[in-house]
Amino acid sequence: MSTTFEQPSSFVFSAENKEKLKGIFAKYPEGREASAVMPLLDLAQRQNDGWLPRAAMDHVAELVGLAPMRVYEVATFYTMYNIAPIGENHLQVCTNLPCWLRGSDEVVGACKNKLGIGIGETTPDGKFSLSEMECLGACVNAPMMQINDDYYEDLDASSTVAILDTLQSGGAPTPGPQNSRKGCEPEGGLTSLKDGKGAG
Amino acid sequence: MLKDSDRIFQNIYGLKDTSLAGAKAIGDWDGTKKLIAKGREWLVDEVKASGLRGRGGAGFGTGMKWSFMPKEAGDRPVFLTINADEGEPGTCKDREIMRNEPHKLVEGALLAAAAVGACAAYVYVRGEFLREAEALQRAIDEAYAAGLIGKDSCGAGIDFDMYVHLGAGAYICGEESALIESLEGKKGQPRLKPPFPANIGLYGCPTTVNNVESIAVVPTILRRGAKWFSSIGRENNTGTKLFCISGHVNTPCTVEEAMGIPMRELIDTHAGGVRGGWDNLLAVIPGGSSVPMMPKALCENAIMDFDGLREHGSGLGTAAVMVMDKSTDVIKAIARLSRFYAHESCGQCTPCREGTGWMSRMMQRMVTGDMTIDEIDMLQEVTKQIEGQTICALGDAAAWPVQGLIRHFRPEIERRISERQSSGTGQAA
Repeated sequence: MSTTFEQPSSFVFSAENKEKLKGIFAKYPEGREASAVMPLLDLAQRQNDGWLPRAAMDHVAELVGLAPMRVYEVATFYTMYNIAPIGENHLQVCTNLPCWLRGSDEVVGACKNKLGIGIGETTPDGKFSLSEMECLGACVNAPMMQINDDYYEDLDASSTVAILDTLQSGGAPTPGPQNSRKGCEPEGGLTSLKDGKGAG
Repeated sequence: MLKDSDRIFQNIYGLKDTSLAGAKAIGDWDGTKKLIAKGREWLVDEVKASGLRGRGGAGFGTGMKWSFMPKEAGDRPVFLTINADEGEPGTCKDREIMRNEPHKLVEGALLAAAAVGACAAYVYVRGEFLREAEALQRAIDEAYAAGLIGKDSCGAGIDFDMYVHLGAGAYICGEESALIESLEGKKGQPRLKPPFPANIGLYGCPTTVNNVESIAVVPTILRRGAKWFSSIGRENNTGTKLFCISGHVNTPCTVEEAMGIPMRELIDTHAGGVRGGWDNLLAVIPGGSSVPMMPKALCENAIMDFDGLREHGSGLGTAAVMVMDKSTDVIKAIARLSRFYAHESCGQCTPCREGTGWMSRMMQRMVTGDMTIDEIDMLQEVTKQIEGQTICALGDAAAWPVQGLIRHFRPEIERRISERQSSGTGQAA
């Protein structure tokens, strides 16, 4: 682990999150508490501004009854665990084939130009981090990026800049497709289930 | 074209109410108790008779898989595990089921559990699909509250629990035994088989692992009958399927169609055609990144099912159709996929761990033509030493796109090499 940032010396779950722990452990059979390691790491990361300090991993290890090394293995195997501090808005641009075919280079370029950072970097004010992602599973709405928990789809350079503008001014951009469609239906008119509009 | 009345997913675009009331209005949860009452054997046989093949990529018969589950598990509990770790590049159908038709998945899980004698289902949802997991959880909560699942589910006399478990960003967890490892709280590294999950799966107990789409179509198959489902498509390739059409088409979309629909009809009818017209087509990857690409000539008469695409040296996979027009740098496209597999290799087996990285580096050089003609053959040879030499299929999946490129676009590769050499910057031949 890098030493360019400070590791807090201890970590405990907040009172609110301690309540959530019960619900998480209840999902798994007795004696199988180790299954809770992933949801607990996620909870710890959310409590700690989006990254997992070593103290949190140690605390999770204690709670699930695993050796700390087993928890470090999990935390470093899965890409969604950040083991170093991360920007407040984590821009995760998919550059896999379907997104690349529809202009993910433009989206990455717009992020770089607008924020003055490269892939894997964070703005000096800690507001934005930029990452290149593997397929995020929204391929018919390509190109797309994930910002924290939400997907922003059907992007181009200008809609990317608009989203970043909103975030910079403290607003919350609307997730989902940034063009005229709702989801994965063909834009400009349905080709099936045409009676589906308006119901519900 | 498939009739709307034969579409299983009536609300796949989420334009109607996605709650329990809305789901019931489009036919979900209708007579579930009666279906369960027909018994385990009937459930398995009916799904077998429908010809449903797993929708997660491998295409193994769903009913057949269920029939491998032990009839008597003794004192061990039996688990159903649903694979929602959707991450095969090009594929985005399970996402739509979870956020727009979650009740089909919950009802299907109950019926599948009844068929294999499972007491609980774990749905392993990729971590990035947080909103989809929330939508699914809402449906599960509604089903519990309505007595449809839980103690004495639907009043049918069986107890069944359903849980959502979020992953955290690892493509390999879509492999069934890696998924089980991950669910047990470990790194997602595939297990050596045998033993198969049907005997020793989650927590050492009998487990069946099915894809989201495979489970979500089960209620409709059981209600309308195996005959109805198998009357769509052709033998060994029956039913309807969600197709995800991405890349260089005018209107990319996900759509449910009949198995066996001609590729061109699928693209023209639903995705607005290839950008710049059919003649502007270069190649299609018809089933997610793990299947070999098909140049235009093979696409002309290809039909979209397991056997139809195999005839052309490719496969249906997850039915994720990635379309590339003539503006595409096809070498760069495959190089991107090679980088993906190098990133996602779990590192367990040497041929895959070392091979995917090596292939990716070779492909990066190929993009600029910075290699020798001999190295094309060497690359081909190395793909053959990865394929089939690893615990899971990721090694194969990484090898096939490269093989497909060499098979169909070797002249383009050679042209690029000779261009670089004649410009004086290439390697000596």
